[in-house]
Amino acid sequence: MSILDMTAVELAAAIKNKEVTVKEATEAVLDQIEKSESTYHCYVTVDKEGALRKAEEVQKKIDAGELTGPLAGVPVAIKDNMCTEGLLTTCSSRILGNFVPTFSAEAVINLEKAGAVILGKTNMDEFAMGSTTETSAFGETKNPWNPEHVPGGSSGGSAAAVAARECFYALGSDTGGSIRQPASFCGVVGLKPTYGTVSRYGLIAYGSSLDQIGPLCKDVTDCATIMEVIASHDLKDSTSVERDDTDFTSALVDDVKGMKIGIPRDYFGEGLDPEVKAAVLKAAEVLKEKGAIVEEFDLSLVEYAIPTYYTIAAAEASSNLERFDGIKYGYRTEEYNGLHNMYKKSRSEGFGPEVKRRIMLGSFVLSSGYYDAYYLKALRVKALIKKAFDEAFAKYDVILGPVAPTTAPKLGESLSDPIKMYLGDIYTISINLAGLPGLSMPCGTDSKGLPIGVQLIGDCFKEKNLIRAAFTYEKARGAFGRKEEN
Amino acid sequence: MEKQYETVIGLEVHVELATKTKIFCGCSTAFGGDPNTHTCPVCTGMPGSLPVLNKQVLEYAVAVGLATNCKITQYCKFDRKNYFYPDNPQNYQISQLYLPICRNGRVEIETKQGKKFVGIHEIHMEEDAGKLIHDEWNDCSLVDYNRSGVPLIEIVSEPDMRSAEEVIAYLEKLRMTIQYLGASDCKLQEGSMRADVNLSVREVGAKEFGTRTEMKNLNSFKAIARAIEGERERQIDLLESGEKVIQETRRWDDNKGESYAMRSKEDAQDYRYFPDPDLVPIVLDDAFLDEIRAKQPEFREEKMARYKEEFDIPDYDIDIITGSKRMADLFEETVALGAQPKKVSNWLMVETLRLLKENDMEPEDIRFSPEHLAKLITLIDSKAINSSVAKEVFEEIFKNDVDPEAYVEEKGLKTVNDEGALRKTVEEVIANNPQSVEDYRNGKEKAIGFLVGQTMKAMKGKADPAMVNQLLKELL
Repeated sequence: MSILDMTAVELAAAIKNKEVTVKEATEAVLDQIEKSESTYHCYVTVDKEGALRKAEEVQKKIDAGELTGPLAGVPVAIKDNMCTEGLLTTCSSRILGNFVPTFSAEAVINLEKAGAVILGKTNMDEFAMGSTTETSAFGETKNPWNPEHVPGGSSGGSAAAVAARECFYALGSDTGGSIRQPASFCGVVGLKPTYGTVSRYGLIAYGSSLDQIGPLCKDVTDCATIMEVIASHDLKDSTSVERDDTDFTSALVDDVKGMKIGIPRDYFGEGLDPEVKAAVLKAAEVLKEKGAIVEEFDLSLVEYAIPTYYTIAAAEASSNLERFDGIKYGYRTEEYNGLHNMYKKSRSEGFGPEVKRRIMLGSFVLSSGYYDAYYLKALRVKALIKKAFDEAFAKYDVILGPVAPTTAPKLGESLSDPIKMYLGDIYTISINLAGLPGLSMPCGTDSKGLPIGVQLIGDCFKEKNLIRAAFTYEKARGAFGRKEEN
Repeated sequence: MEKQYETVIGLEVHVELATKTKIFCGCSTAFGGDPNTHTCPVCTGMPGSLPVLNKQVLEYAVAVGLATNCKITQYCKFDRKNYFYPDNPQNYQISQLYLPICRNGRVEIETKQGKKFVGIHEIHMEEDAGKLIHDEWNDCSLVDYNRSGVPLIEIVSEPDMRSAEEVIAYLEKLRMTIQYLGASDCKLQEGSMRADVNLSVREVGAKEFGTRTEMKNLNSFKAIARAIEGERERQIDLLESGEKVIQETRRWDDNKGESYAMRSKEDAQDYRYFPDPDLVPIVLDDAFLDEIRAKQPEFREEKMARYKEEFDIPDYDIDIITGSKRMADLFEETVALGAQPKKVSNWLMVETLRLLKENDMEPEDIRFSPEHLAKLITLIDSKAINSSVAKEVFEEIFKNDVDPEAYVEEKGLKTVNDEGALRKTVEEVIANNPQSVEDYRNGKEKAIGFLVGQTMKAMKGKADPAMVNQLLKELL
């Protein structure tokens, strides 16, 4: 087996058994980046020297028996909205085009402690605002299954890098579907954990109450293994939760007998591509055959999720992005006349159109006279959506549905109609609003040969239900992957 | 008949809390320090940083709320106040709008007109901003974030005050309460206590309030009193001449005794307040409140009453001593070491106050220890030193907190009790000052004072003046 075909866990085992060195693995993946990056453009920054240096360091620690974990020595890609000390972190925005953080995100530190070799920073929609990775200030990423199509977003670079074997696994962030949807479009596994499970310290905020970091990887075993490493109770993040149930790999069990799976009818109505629908329902059928109890139910409130999400996320974003003012770091306009002109010009030139649209939307819903009608109402709907899920989880262990209404659209198709792009988030965003964990994994391809994803949704802190169902389905489904041309 | 006007005043008081670290990060709150040395990613607004509330801030805010009879909000939140300015690194200030920590309190004040209550609308917690330094030479502005994130509470009163005297009494009351709690040193000059005055006037008997203005930049009680008088007159003049008072923020220039409009209500920014999603709601249970309640100190009124019971010192002394928590602590600790209350009080009332005034210091700045004052009093009682030497030693205690025993020993300041040596000196003084001797013998009682002085001088002050007096009388 080629090194590049290994999963993260397989590679770590091979390194441990001295079948492969960390350097060999790192060089193999850097070669792959060199070969295919011009086609896919998964990365904003590739840190070749840093990765090779780190590979040697990690190898020494592995040889000395200091690093024994299941990810030791495995090269990883990090979404470019997570701070990496000394390494450019841009959020794919011109305004942070020159920003080098002085500290690393807690999730990145957790990976480094486990012996990760950081390859570089992956492309994304600017400040994670978008569903296609086309709003990046540094050019779009292309879908490795078909470069005429988008990889999804906003963690499109991370998902594409995994699919294109330009890394062994990657970190992404998910505010409204930004891990699950690109995972679906690129045929990889992605998990958005329960809010509070992975520290947000060092994650450059988009919608603080919705943002979560999670893995994008090749299979469910990698997914559970990475989660065990990145989940932590971080005192630097007030929203971080102390959990004593983060032994996610214990749920890698090929058995769903008696597991109750609910299929929300609302997720299979108008707007869902028939091929996607068929593939997702087939996945449910497979789980039923494996002993799960599968039934349909009405979730309700689904149609309110999009306006609620865009109100809350935009409101938080409008405030979170105020710090990018050209004064302390990042882009500052060349010529200006006084303070306010500097702010205005730096921000006008530094932010792209989608970011500006959401800043304006967010500023509007928070402004005096509209706060109650929009922002407060959205918070109330958010609470109702959570309640609807609470009721569903009183009956079911897992909710199963599609990740996105369609497979990956062609490049350029989505940006022309932002409302249509927003509607593409319909099956993913309520999970963020309710703080729930959601897992996306491949369940087939459409007639164009593009991957289709199935989404498994769990109650808060019930990632293990998702991992067990996903692992069981994965075993039944068999191998899934892009046919490499070489 | 001329119209009679009533002044209506409400206050917004910012108090810097005496925590060791900032409100949302572990950086030091120490004053001074090179620019941007007491900073970290959190208080400089670096991307990806997150705030975590300092529990001590919460405890102080609750303690002040309880001491001012507020209702404590047991489910409270922080909100973001959004505005762009370079001293504010995130371009939003973390403050409280919707659910402030304390509400609906009141404090009792006393003026010549008697006692009254001033209502407290709310107390909220927030972070301070950095400091801008305008470099005229290089035509640029620099920012120092050492102050950024220093914890503040803002105490908003009801419009219950009617005169400058009441305002000063209210501020004194707040200052005293907060100092007693140890929650802040409340120094107006240094900005650890800042007051903005909201003022309007109306005809006596009117039910509606007049249009108010907000006055800023008030750095002393005197400035506050002058600004109130000035603004009252300005508003009355406007009304008398048929003009309207404009709702605006004004800046007081105490040197000129005038105020200037800073911004009007029309320019008021929309701060787009909303709950800060980075901070979780704070839930305070009854046990927490009980704990803070149990830790509340003896406040001034209670202390004054107890002093009257326990110590035989004048009411005037009690008033001054309890007027500062530091002074009261020092008094009680020195007395506890066995010193006589009246003597301790005298040292505080006379020499300490004199030295504070001379050095432009406040009682809270006193650094000497009660042990050293107690020892000094013992030295005087045992006649080891005389009173003028004692004053000299006290200055050293005040300045450098020296141990008086060691200091007296080291400097050889002990009173010479050796009668032989003293007698010899007195004889010399008598021999050298025939004129004074003659004056005394001719009945000029005062002349002996001069001779005592000459003897003390010759003894370099180290004699017991009573003994010198006695010897002189004997020898003459």
